Amino acid sequence: MDPLVNSLLNVVLILLCVVFGAALLTWLERRLLGIWQDRYGPNRVGPFGTLQIVADMIKLLMKQDWVPPFADRLVFIVAPAFAMFVVVAAFAVIPMAPGVGIVDLNIGLLFFLAMTSLGVYAVMFGAYASDNKYAMLGGLRAAAQMVSYEVFMGLSLMGVVMLAGTFNLRELVLAQVDGWFIGPQIIGFFIFFMAGIAESHRTPFDLPEAEHELTAGFHTEYSGMKFAMFFIGEYVSVLMSAAMITVLFFGGWLGPHWLPPLAWFLLKTITLVLLMILIRGSLPRPRYDQLMAFGWKFMLPLSLLNLVITGALILI
Amino acid sequence: MQQKTGLVHRGYIVWDYFYSNIVTLVKVASHTFTKADTVEYPEQMPYLAPRFRGRIVLTRDPTGEERCVACNLCASACPTDCISLQKTEDESGRWSAEYFRINFSRCVFCGLCEEACPTYAIQLTQDFELAEYDRQSLVYEKQHLLIDGPGKHPDYNFYEMCGKAVSGRAKGAGSQEAQPVNIKSLLP
Repeated sequence: MDPLVNSLLNVVLILLCVVFGAALLTWLERRLLGIWQDRYGPNRVGPFGTLQIVADMIKLLMKQDWVPPFADRLVFIVAPAFAMFVVVAAFAVIPMAPGVGIVDLNIGLLFFLAMTSLGVYAVMFGAYASDNKYAMLGGLRAAAQMVSYEVFMGLSLMGVVMLAGTFNLRELVLAQVDGWFIGPQIIGFFIFFMAGIAESHRTPFDLPEAEHELTAGFHTEYSGMKFAMFFIGEYVSVLMSAAMITVLFFGGWLGPHWLPPLAWFLLKTITLVLLMILIRGSLPRPRYDQLMAFGWKFMLPLSLLNLVITGALILI
Repeated sequence: MQQKTGLVHRGYIVWDYFYSNIVTLVKVASHTFTKADTVEYPEQMPYLAPRFRGRIVLTRDPTGEERCVACNLCASACPTDCISLQKTEDESGRWSAEYFRINFSRCVFCGLCEEACPTYAIQLTQDFELAEYDRQSLVYEKQHLLIDGPGKHPDYNFYEMCGKAVSGRAKGAGSQEAQPVNIKSLLP
């Protein structure tokens, strides 16, 4: 196939799959939370309730697209689009299978880290532009959470980079042919998993939008499709965290040959997504200072320890 | 008491936190295999207790006459004042309601009217599906409330038990009733 057509096809298909998959994830999460709480969850619209996403979409599109008169109008409108943009952009570097993937950057891992760091600006802009006290508290928390979690998120990945000797995600996957990095980098996996949940603002790290304390946190003032952008953005970033963990620790598309590589990648990613939903369904949200203390006093030293041990073992 | 601040103790605290979280995860995940408590209502009727209090009806006695004697006790017992009625009397001397109206948009289904009723006329049923598109449709008149049967007390007939004299039964002829006392007589 013509390389241009091939890459265009890749871009369009992956974008569609990611956005559609994230929308389907809202249904999946509600179903699973229902099952784990001895309920059924949405099971009315369509087969097993899968068309619930269509119903939700129609509802959100029908809603009044309201900008509060006291809001900073431009920033208020740009923020949700930005939230969606950064997570989708980060998906560009994720190699899904040989020949499937949008770009093959030499610094793919750094690009990913940069894009996830930018994600917090969407939250902060949205919170600031809302001119609402709940939103401001949510934005404040998001910023502080980002500062404390971004640090060891990067550090936890350095062990993987040291083992593989590259920032290129495709080469990182190929470096795991002899064994997935989950074995030697179990601590790194644990830390990155936590940081991934914190990055996508999900329970137990959903303090920026803690609905029991801050109504809806940073998106209190948002409604209609602008709210949906934040919402879908969150689910895309869940998918992204799961895909990234798959690539970095579970050998990406590598697996026995009775399944195609892409199927292995999707299988691993979906399993991790299920684990994230399970965590959301079971663990309580920590208090704000506990979250910060956990980040700085436990996770950061642990990731440094992991780095030192990995480096020492490589030198030996 | 000596305060424990050693590294081992702190490690134990951290481990304890993680251990309890892992136990939580496993327990929640085990609920994948438990049955849902949901009753899928429109398809599946929920269990209704025998004394469930739903839509109010007016019953008839075994002879097919209306039990209600329009005594107004239900209306005065009603905490939301949703019952209104007017007494009338037929040629045989029986009292009955000229109109009997229950506004179900106000009714709280407390059942006090049923408790107050001296003739078992007003009763609450198991029907709770009263939804309407129009608020006015929730005002039930006597013809909507009356049912053909005797309801919860199939053999009870008030006018055969006691009460005022009606044609066919003189005062004192009821089964639960003593002969009237002649207060002007000195006989025992």
